[in-house]
Amino acid sequence: MDVTTLLIILLVGVLITYLSGDKWASKVALFFGLAAFASAICLLSQYNLGQEINYSQLWIAKPKIFFALKADGLALAMLLLTTALTPILIFSSFGNTYKNAKSFYALLLFMIFAMVGTFLASDGLLYYVFWELSLIPIYFIALIWGNGNADERKKAVVKFFIYTLAGSLFMLVAFVYLYQKAGTFLISDLTRLSLSSTQQFWIFLAFFFAYAIKIPLIPFHTWQAKVYQKAPTVGTMLLSGIMLKMGLYSVIRWQLPIAPLAAKEYMNVFIGLGIAGVIYGSILALRQKDLKKLLAYSSLAHVGLIAAGSYTLTLDGFRGAVLQMIAHGFVVVGLFFVAEIIFRRYETRKISEMGGIRSQSSKFTSMFLILVLASVALPSTFNFVGEFTVLYSLFQMNIWFAILGGTTIILGAYYMLKMFQHVMLGETNSKAFADVTFNEGLTLISIIAVLFFFGLYPKPIIDLITPSLENILTQINRFN
Amino acid sequence: MDTRLVLILLLAPFLGFLFNVFLGKKAGKNIVGAVGTFSVMVSFAVTLYFFLQINQNKQPILINLFDWISIAKFTISFGFLLDQLSILWLLFVTGIGSLIHLYSIGYMHDDEKMHAFFAYLNLFIFFMITLVIGSNLLVMFIGWEGVGLCSYLLIGFWYKNQDFNDAAKKAFIMNRIGDLGFLIGMFIIGYLFNSLDYTAIKLALTTTTESNSYWIAAAALALFIGASGKSAQIPLYTWLPDAMAGPTPVSALIHAATMVTAGIFMITRMHFVFDLAPNIQEIIAVVGAATALVAATIALAQNDIKKVLAYSTVSQLGLMFLALGLGAYEIAVFHVITHAFFKACLFLGSGSVIHGLHGEQDMRKMGGLKKAMPITFSTMLIASLAIAGVFPLAGFWSKDEILMTAFHHNIVLWVVGSIASVLTAFYMFRMMYLTFFNSFRGTEEQKHHVHESPSLITFPLIVLAILSFFGGAISLPGNSWLNHYLAPLFSKATHQEHTLGTTEYILMAVATLGAIIGIAIAYKKYLKDNVIPKEDAAISGFEKVVYNKYYVDELYNILFVKPVNALSKFFKNSIETSLSALILSLGKIVNELGIQGKRLHNGSIGLYLFAFVIGVCAIITYLFLQ
Repeated sequence: MDVTTLLIILLVGVLITYLSGDKWASKVALFFGLAAFASAICLLSQYNLGQEINYSQLWIAKPKIFFALKADGLALAMLLLTTALTPILIFSSFGNTYKNAKSFYALLLFMIFAMVGTFLASDGLLYYVFWELSLIPIYFIALIWGNGNADERKKAVVKFFIYTLAGSLFMLVAFVYLYQKAGTFLISDLTRLSLSSTQQFWIFLAFFFAYAIKIPLIPFHTWQAKVYQKAPTVGTMLLSGIMLKMGLYSVIRWQLPIAPLAAKEYMNVFIGLGIAGVIYGSILALRQKDLKKLLAYSSLAHVGLIAAGSYTLTLDGFRGAVLQMIAHGFVVVGLFFVAEIIFRRYETRKISEMGGIRSQSSKFTSMFLILVLASVALPSTFNFVGEFTVLYSLFQMNIWFAILGGTTIILGAYYMLKMFQHVMLGETNSKAFADVTFNEGLTLISIIAVLFFFGLYPKPIIDLITPSLENILTQINRFN
Repeated sequence: MDTRLVLILLLAPFLGFLFNVFLGKKAGKNIVGAVGTFSVMVSFAVTLYFFLQINQNKQPILINLFDWISIAKFTISFGFLLDQLSILWLLFVTGIGSLIHLYSIGYMHDDEKMHAFFAYLNLFIFFMITLVIGSNLLVMFIGWEGVGLCSYLLIGFWYKNQDFNDAAKKAFIMNRIGDLGFLIGMFIIGYLFNSLDYTAIKLALTTTTESNSYWIAAAALALFIGASGKSAQIPLYTWLPDAMAGPTPVSALIHAATMVTAGIFMITRMHFVFDLAPNIQEIIAVVGAATALVAATIALAQNDIKKVLAYSTVSQLGLMFLALGLGAYEIAVFHVITHAFFKACLFLGSGSVIHGLHGEQDMRKMGGLKKAMPITFSTMLIASLAIAGVFPLAGFWSKDEILMTAFHHNIVLWVVGSIASVLTAFYMFRMMYLTFFNSFRGTEEQKHHVHESPSLITFPLIVLAILSFFGGAISLPGNSWLNHYLAPLFSKATHQEHTLGTTEYILMAVATLGAIIGIAIAYKKYLKDNVIPKEDAAISGFEKVVYNKYYVDELYNILFVKPVNALSKFFKNSIETSLSALILSLGKIVNELGIQGKRLHNGSIGLYLFAFVIGVCAIITYLFLQ
């Protein structure tokens, strides 16, 4: 199977979903989501058989831009994350009804298309196009189908749009500069350049603005909580489950191999920034009254740790970061879905208006608790594998990095259990709470199954990503 | 064959858990109890098999299931190690576990969520087995955090009460502080030895003579922090008394006999690391002795029967850490076992009393229960004598060994340990007299309903009382079966058995005298003078300080909880808002530039010409100046 097939499936999916009308849109989108997942699995099996997964065609002659796609183990891992989450995401929305559903689901698939493209692109400009393309559907999804006061929502979403766009422009400038030096945008050429350390510094910084805003890292995170809160839950899942991984992935894929000298020189600063995010996000999460905002800050803490792992420039750091990206993708989607399940029944996201749900819904309680525990990285869940590896890599840099970053296991337990207590426990709530429906249960169960399976047996993923990460490390160490 | 048996050992309780979770509600209470108890008994039976086997061939069993987590330099496997230590631990975990499951059938029968209770209890046994039989630190860590989770679930079992939920949350978070230490310890060990396997680390330490003493000490310290969280040592002990919010069988199983001894297990497991860090051993001994004493003093003034036992547990764990710090691992293990017997008996007995009084836990409202509850009374009496260290009961032997070792090492530690022991004898008999002697102080209605508990409850009590009586036989001075059994674990003789000389006999006599003095004071005050502890409001002075546990909880609140919350408020109200405003003002600046720029391009030819002329002049001037 050709690698373009995946993109074509998604693009055709966008079209057919839109044409199928509001009544059928969700089911058609689900079908194409599953098809995309199946084709990603096909690509994986081809890759495991030793075939190269790439595609290259001259797109624009001058400047020389290729429509070049390439999937190594790392990209495949991200594709699997994205395409596995797609059907889960769509299926999770079956309990909701959207106005103009055909546009909603078409935009959703279009967003997946753009993100898949971002993970696959091996030409800088093509990558940039996909990167920016992904911003458009989420902008509309959040703006049109979001919740809360329309004016406030518009403010938050527009701010997000402009802010991330502005950050990305720095990246574009960097690419143009690199083109001057290399003559192409191909990553294979860009990672072969011998730039001086000053040049690398500026390029590193330009990439950094784009990624730090997207991920987001503190202090560039101010758009996040509001947008997570205002976007419809599926939008929040897209943002937190997949889109922020675009930034983290790009750090490892583009930023570090292109500007390794700068990365090495300033790594302590960026590791520090990531760890500061862990503590800052966790402490802020303690005080959130809105469930989705709390989860947003918890996300801020988790990605801080992932970024810190990436900036260690070690195999352990990279591997832990990638494992944690995938694990976090699943768990955060699960948790936002939990918030949605509660919203469907109580029509609120305020934690103070919840409580006393456990006695009315044993299945929901168990599944929610498992997600909470995965989020705080209980051993035997996937998140532990990632967190352990990242913390170990930080330890190898400096024991204090590991201790400070490790506070996540204490603070994380604090805010998550506090939240769980106030949302679920206590005297039975006077408002009735129906236990999960079959569809809701199936969604959560599939997420939980992934978390436990790879928590106990992460080897397939570790084996998949390790050779690619080693390649990237070789690129990074080319100046030694 | 062995692999299969180990899997049965491990998975039987897990299957029990699954059954009770998914089918428990439908199956009915009798089946829930039967399945829950049977699954643990299966594990116990398999353990017995392994115990017999290892007694014969002395060969540890090592099983690697699959590769789990890969680090650049090494891979951590999902493996199990059954050697003398783990099998010994399994024996009392599954043995006492079976008894407590049996007891719970009677105790929890009226609770509507009995199936959930048995599910959690089975899950706990599963994780405890994982903790014990893991072949490396990381597998132990699964069990380590897993038992913490079960503890959380069971402390907050009656989740409608937010106070109980607070206690559960507190236990989990304080344990996690320790767990961070455990993690860091693992990192250091991994960095030093490129492995987390016990056998590999031990091998590396015995084959190389040079060792990095600085990092080894750091590893020992970090691991000790982990142990002190789980085993409730200073400064991380305050969660354990609060954990009494859980149902009483939980207090007996998890918060007395098994889970809280995990820290001792871990240090014994890693003894080869601690042996190389004498400074850290010193710290462990001091912390242990201090904990033993502080907790014993708090127990003096408690009126809740379970709180007395909780502080007593903290205190006894302190004694075990004292032994660990002195390098006397066998003795620590010995005390773990005898303590498991008598403390489980005491907790279950207190549960029987609470059951008989329909939930009353305040000793001021008890008294005179001896006649109504003869079996509970006599079993608890035996256990109390055992913990007080009266000859020839189990506690006498194990506690005496600890104190003797301390005496030979440092007289101050011996004095502190001895004072803690005298206090123990006193508060235990204070509890016994207040509960069982004199006249009943509860309501008339309670008085009529007081009854001995059913045989499902009394049977485990009797078994545990017998074990509390004779348990010391496993390690009699001069002829210790336990030391002999554990010998393959310790490559060098870490501890010489005490030859019974004059000093030893004198020490024994002093210890016994101490116990008798403690009991006598309690006898005088609470039986003869019939003193009833004052109402809460009437307590004053130093007694009030002790009654309020030296205000340590309040202190931690001021030192840690409040600052974190204040910081959170500061971050939210100040930093977040100003950051947000900063970004917005960046946007506004761009906007303003646009507006100003727009003014320039106003279409007036005059202005453009003017600018043109000024520009030309400027260029010419510049060229001339060059």
